[in-house]
Amino acid sequence: MMQKLSQCNKGEKVKVTKLNAKSDLKQRLISFGIMKEATIEVLEHAPAKSTIEIKVGKMRIALRAEEADLIEIESL
Amino acid sequence: MNDTIHNSCPVIANHIKIALVGQPNVGKSMLINSISDAHLHVGNFTGVTVEKSEVLFDYKDFHFTVVDLPGTYAFTDYTIEERVTHDYLCAESYDLIINVIDSTNLEKNLQLTTELMSMSKKMVIALNMSDEAEKEGIEIDAHYMSELLGIPCIKVSAQTKFGMEHLLEELVNKAKLDTQEAKLIFSEAVEEEIEKIVDYLTKHKYDAINSYRNIAINLLKNNQKTYTRIQKNPIWTELQPLLIEASKHIELHHNSDDIKESFAEEYASFNRGIVAEVLTIKKEEEKKSLTEKIDNILIHNIFGIPIFLFFMWSLFQLTFELGAIPMEYIDSFFGWFGDTVGGTISNDAIRSLIVDGIISGVGAVVLFVPNIIILFIGIALLETTGYMSRVAFLLDGFFHKFGLHGQSFIPLVTGFGCSIPAYMSARILKNDRDRLLTLFIIGFMSCGARLPVYVLFVGAFFSPEMAGNILFMIYLSGAILGLILAKVLKLTAFKGLDEPFVMEMPKYRLPSFKLIWHTVLTKTLMYLKKAGTFIAGASMLVWFLSNYPKNLLLEEQYATKIEDTQIVKEKHSLQNQLSEQLLEQSYLGTIGKFSEPLFTPLGFDWKMSVALQAGLAAKEVIVSTLGVLYSVGGDVDAENSSLRTAISKHIPFASAVAFIVVIMIYLPCLAASVVFTREAGHIKYFFYLLGFTSIVAYILAFIAYNIALFL
Repeated sequence: MMQKLSQCNKGEKVKVTKLNAKSDLKQRLISFGIMKEATIEVLEHAPAKSTIEIKVGKMRIALRAEEADLIEIESL
Repeated sequence: MNDTIHNSCPVIANHIKIALVGQPNVGKSMLINSISDAHLHVGNFTGVTVEKSEVLFDYKDFHFTVVDLPGTYAFTDYTIEERVTHDYLCAESYDLIINVIDSTNLEKNLQLTTELMSMSKKMVIALNMSDEAEKEGIEIDAHYMSELLGIPCIKVSAQTKFGMEHLLEELVNKAKLDTQEAKLIFSEAVEEEIEKIVDYLTKHKYDAINSYRNIAINLLKNNQKTYTRIQKNPIWTELQPLLIEASKHIELHHNSDDIKESFAEEYASFNRGIVAEVLTIKKEEEKKSLTEKIDNILIHNIFGIPIFLFFMWSLFQLTFELGAIPMEYIDSFFGWFGDTVGGTISNDAIRSLIVDGIISGVGAVVLFVPNIIILFIGIALLETTGYMSRVAFLLDGFFHKFGLHGQSFIPLVTGFGCSIPAYMSARILKNDRDRLLTLFIIGFMSCGARLPVYVLFVGAFFSPEMAGNILFMIYLSGAILGLILAKVLKLTAFKGLDEPFVMEMPKYRLPSFKLIWHTVLTKTLMYLKKAGTFIAGASMLVWFLSNYPKNLLLEEQYATKIEDTQIVKEKHSLQNQLSEQLLEQSYLGTIGKFSEPLFTPLGFDWKMSVALQAGLAAKEVIVSTLGVLYSVGGDVDAENSSLRTAISKHIPFASAVAFIVVIMIYLPCLAASVVFTREAGHIKYFFYLLGFTSIVAYILAFIAYNIALFL
């Protein structure tokens, strides 16, 4: 089943399989290291799960749930 | 190092112009400070809101110009800053690029490096924070890395000034060379296609400045400029099918329909290769870094927001408590200065212009400098420590509901102090639409200058026990109204897709004192210069409107009346009557009478109308204007009980409520309006703001007036 980054729980480690974002945002995600085959660790949820904090490589990144929804992943 | 760097520019010097590029938070600004050892000249480029600064210095026989470009993650035009950097690198002329890299995060930083490499410009890599990397057990073989990339890589530390000499030497060496070919190797599939295109270009002897390999890569990456150039050439007809075939091949190889994404993956795997070759990690990474430990508390699900609110509260206390101490001295200094200067001028009109117009007007601006310095220090601390992005993370959910961005909170909170620094701090918002929306809302956060008016009116109509609550309600309802209107504007004027929220949460760092001092000093001087020159002009205008035309007849009449009476109280009241009548026939009075019909539906008389219009210059003026108009003397403050009595006697309750509503909503002051216009980027936005706030103020005041009439 297709999984999205927005559905992940705190502490989960996953691998990116596809980016469904539009060109601009996709480039932005890629420049942050969020691309196919990258490993992502979910670090923290903001209150009401509106924003999540993830770790890609050594970089910590904050994403809104809407953006996390565009990132397809699979469990590691 | 001090022996070799001279502060003067030799008459005949070789100029080397350097573009300093790097991702955000890699210590570029600090490096530029260390490399030049002292900033000799920092200039701002005009036309852009995000500044790039230039630093000049000499080393040996060379005259260096270093252009510090805003941090950028990749070659995209996603934010204003990235656009500035990208445009500069593509369009301006410079000799060399210094690519600053954070040694503790090599792989991520190399993403920008590989993109820079494909530009075929001469480049030197500064492996910054090498001391920090060593501490973390990360070892980079800089020598091998230079060999692999074909670019000199030099270990430096901006903090300890390690490696600066080496870096400068390498810059001089590179500057002497004509070209430099970086070694960027792609996957077999891509290399194959590049070779095909290069062969084709060689066969047809295509005339170009860049290498054929470079042209081939740019064509495959869909580089617009390369296309425009080559499309004019007859070889294009044959080249085009070749390119289409090549793109298909690459996309198939990457299982993607996006060539840009495919190249990003190419770069990433090249970088992984480099990192695997040159980087060794001696120590096992600690289970939890310091940053993670701090984050566990600061962005905690439950405690995060209360901790943040406490920080903000502290900043406010500092701004207004600590700031109030020098304010007294500044105030009395300008009072003394005005009296002293006034004493030397014999001409009444000139004295009045200089003392009441210019000195008191400029003094009013200088008065806020201590607050502004403290606020700027606080904001600089928030920015440099990395806490700001945590707050944006915490608040984005709430703000997003009202169409605002997580980072809007800083300007909005600052707005409770003074709108001017608030407008300026809105720059942290990258997206134009978000920034404009925030700029429009800032005025609804009641600034400190409105407090005296509120205190005066609340005191006149409510019991002392109720006054505090009413005051708090005024502030709160202003803020709530601002959020609601943000939503309304977002749904109408600033309609559009939501700005995505994707933001790096940088490592926590202890801020450098030098850097903060520098930022605060530059900002404060800018405030003094720009707002100061403007305020001087504006206060002259207000002074003129309220003092002219003169009526000598009236003055003489009252002069004799005052002379005749022996009672001090009587003299005082006559003086006030004179001021009132003079004001009534002044230009300002004429304006008040003229605009009175407009304000009648709100229950205002001409005096209130004048006070409101005077308040456009500055809210502090409202109290003193009302004081003059209701004839209790110009020298009144909010505590003055006789003005309070006069107001409760002359102004009906409903009119007072409407008056407060207007003050809550309409333009903060002239100085703030000028800053707003500058930050918004166009004069048209000022008229939008004027129209928007005036209409909202008028409608809500009308509603409030009619409701209050029934109460």
